[in-house]
Amino acid sequence: MLPELGHFALILALLLAALQAFFGIAGPAFARDRWTSAVIPAVAGQFVMIGTAMACLIASFVSNDFSVLYIAENSNSALPLFYRVTALWGAHEGSLLLWIFLLAAWTVAVAFGSGRLPRRFSARVLGVLGVVSLGFLLFILATSNPFLRLDPAAPDGRDLNPLLQDVGLAIHPPILYTGYVGFAVAFAFACAAMLEGKMDQYWARWTRPWTTSAWAFLTVGISLGSWWSYYELGWGGYWFWDPVENASFMPWLVGTALIHSLAVTDKRGLFKSWTLLLAILAFSLSLLGTFLVRSGLLQSVHSFAADPTRGIFILAFLIIMVGGSLSLYAWRAPLLKSQAGFEFGARESFLLFNNILLVIAAATVFGGEMAPLISDALGLGGVSVGPQYFNPTFALSMIPLLALLAIGVHAGWKRGRVGDSKQMLLVTLGVSVVIGLAVVYVIYSNGKLLTPVGAILAVWIIVTSFVDPIDRLRRKLSLSRSVLGMTVAHIGLGVFVLSVTAVESFTVERDVAMGVNDKAALGGFEFRFQGVRGEEGPNYDGVVGSVVVTRGGAPVTVMSPAKRNYWVTRSDTTEAAIEMHGGSNVLVALGESLGAGKWSIRFQVRPLVNFIWLGAGIMALGAGLAASDRRYRVARAQEAAVPASAPGANPAAQPTR
Amino acid sequence: MKIGKFLIPLGAFVLLAIVLAIGIKHSPEKGVIASPFIGKAAPQFSLPDLSQPTKSITTADLKGRWYAVNFFGSWCYACRQEHPTLMEVSRSRVLPIIGFDWKEQADSANEQDDLGRAFLNQLGNPYTLVLADRDGRTAINYGVTGAPETYLVNPEGVIVYKLTGQITKEIWEKEFVARVQGKPDKS
Repeated sequence: MLPELGHFALILALLLAALQAFFGIAGPAFARDRWTSAVIPAVAGQFVMIGTAMACLIASFVSNDFSVLYIAENSNSALPLFYRVTALWGAHEGSLLLWIFLLAAWTVAVAFGSGRLPRRFSARVLGVLGVVSLGFLLFILATSNPFLRLDPAAPDGRDLNPLLQDVGLAIHPPILYTGYVGFAVAFAFACAAMLEGKMDQYWARWTRPWTTSAWAFLTVGISLGSWWSYYELGWGGYWFWDPVENASFMPWLVGTALIHSLAVTDKRGLFKSWTLLLAILAFSLSLLGTFLVRSGLLQSVHSFAADPTRGIFILAFLIIMVGGSLSLYAWRAPLLKSQAGFEFGARESFLLFNNILLVIAAATVFGGEMAPLISDALGLGGVSVGPQYFNPTFALSMIPLLALLAIGVHAGWKRGRVGDSKQMLLVTLGVSVVIGLAVVYVIYSNGKLLTPVGAILAVWIIVTSFVDPIDRLRRKLSLSRSVLGMTVAHIGLGVFVLSVTAVESFTVERDVAMGVNDKAALGGFEFRFQGVRGEEGPNYDGVVGSVVVTRGGAPVTVMSPAKRNYWVTRSDTTEAAIEMHGGSNVLVALGESLGAGKWSIRFQVRPLVNFIWLGAGIMALGAGLAASDRRYRVARAQEAAVPASAPGANPAAQPTR
Repeated sequence: MKIGKFLIPLGAFVLLAIVLAIGIKHSPEKGVIASPFIGKAAPQFSLPDLSQPTKSITTADLKGRWYAVNFFGSWCYACRQEHPTLMEVSRSRVLPIIGFDWKEQADSANEQDDLGRAFLNQLGNPYTLVLADRDGRTAINYGVTGAPETYLVNPEGVIVYKLTGQITKEIWEKEFVARVQGKPDKS
């Protein structure tokens, strides 16, 4: 009964999404006010219906209804309750439902958060979001329905993929999707502005808090995924340039460019057509990522749903959404003219470089991602692109970006007077060189070519970020949340770069075959293997090893790496033991049994690796602070009241009507 | 105002869409995992016949003709879904399908076999012969990663094709029947 109810609710949601799209776009276009006012009820109704569908599927998971195919394939009566709920997004169909649910939630938030925007404009935004939702609802109902029944019902389920039975991964997809879907909001604002033909800086200001929040979620989502792969896969790395990781990283890079470009459009009315294009690109890359993952075009650890019919559907959807919005762009963007100029050396020029470098970085990732497909399309055979390509090309655009960041945050708008802050920049650079070199050569006493560069730039970013806030505090000036947020996010970036530099340069690793009481040493630690014992979990059994860790003879800890066999799916997972000691992560992973009580064991000592995720978390925190700035709410109220006479308005971009 | 440069993103996207469309067209071929066992002799085994467990069947008994090998288990839901297709294609009697009842979960060999027999009684038996791979050793030798998997073995006893996942009527015609009838697919 519940699955049918959920299925029915999804069909109703589809109809409401169609109404939302129609009223939202046609209402303002034909100036029918009654149509326009029907948008909000459609949004609310759609959210309720999708929420009902989610609740039905969750309830069926919790009650172990194995007459539902999706549940029989992804759950098991022995699965703990928490994972029975999170198993909802353990495979394709359910994660698509989650995607749709989050889109509906964002849409409701936009509907209620935009009460002060011009009515026609907000109706258009909701209409565009309705089109996105319509496409995904059609997709789920036509090709990926999670409510299909299994007849006869299965006596028990096949169990959730063991790799997904982990807290980190249970919360990674919802947060990541919240970020992906959030870019749909920026996309909808851009499309609404283009439909309206009124592409002045207001749409940029209205979009900023949404885009910044979406970016914060995406940042947390990606780093959770990275953290999970480090802890759970036991590979001992934090980033693999895996096609699916790249699929989330490209929208992140373009989204980063977008939040900076939006700042310029908002404050100075510049980069307008460029900002529109970035808003389209960020969401298009999110869609493309979905397409690449779901169609099985790219092979990766994530590709759990290879199905060509799904691929064809998403490709058609991609062509409609991206092709449609880019056509709209080609039609409307030529109307834009930027009057204001800026001098070389002004903050605008630094943000221009920021945008160029971030887009180049996204393009290099994109090139590596698409190379296998392009080579296949040209009939050149298979190509595999790995870290040998990604690491150097990515660093090439990132190093100048980091260097310009430290200078750019002190440049003023409009006029290039870097000279004013020259002394401060040189002092902070000097301090950073001393600290950076001290970190590299005194604490770790070795390094590669780029190690000092990375360390110095990272420290410089952190140090210069503090200059402005300290100066304001001393002069007893207020510090707005958006400035504070920017500062915090840049410090987060500095922490991130510093830890990536340390991990890349100073990680040590050893694979050793060990019998009971054998010893090994690595990175200043000594390890003694004590053998393994059996263990039994709710839906798995396995072995746990015991390794005594000492440092200079003094006991540090006892680590317990494990291997588990999940008996329903008959698959093995490696549960690496990871602990942080003295700023370093010590990883011990149990490999294969070599017979005669010997095991292959991997040891790794990675300095500062936890700070990678900490840095990403600080960045997201900064974005959250900036998004909560009062300025956006107050400004919104004023502009809606007097849109034509607002100061700084660009006359060329006023409404044609 | 020039419209030209604003058409560049659209043009780039059109190129991308073409590449993706070609990718989709080629993707069914990529779904087939080339097994390292293809081109190798089918593994040796000696397993009890599920219908009369006292009798053993070995690889040698099957030599000299084409046959398909299908790994299944009553615990495997994809196999349950696949079963009607197997029933349908087996009616054409183009080549014998040997079923391997794999890793039944029970305490004794008899109970294991009972689970397999109950599965076939309920859904029908498309197999010419069903063997009980109780400990899954033969499946390991075949390189099975998860049921269902289906292999094609030629009269010389060499594996020529492997399918991971459920079989469809199209795959049966294109990959199995065509090879047996001497019309191997070009791809």
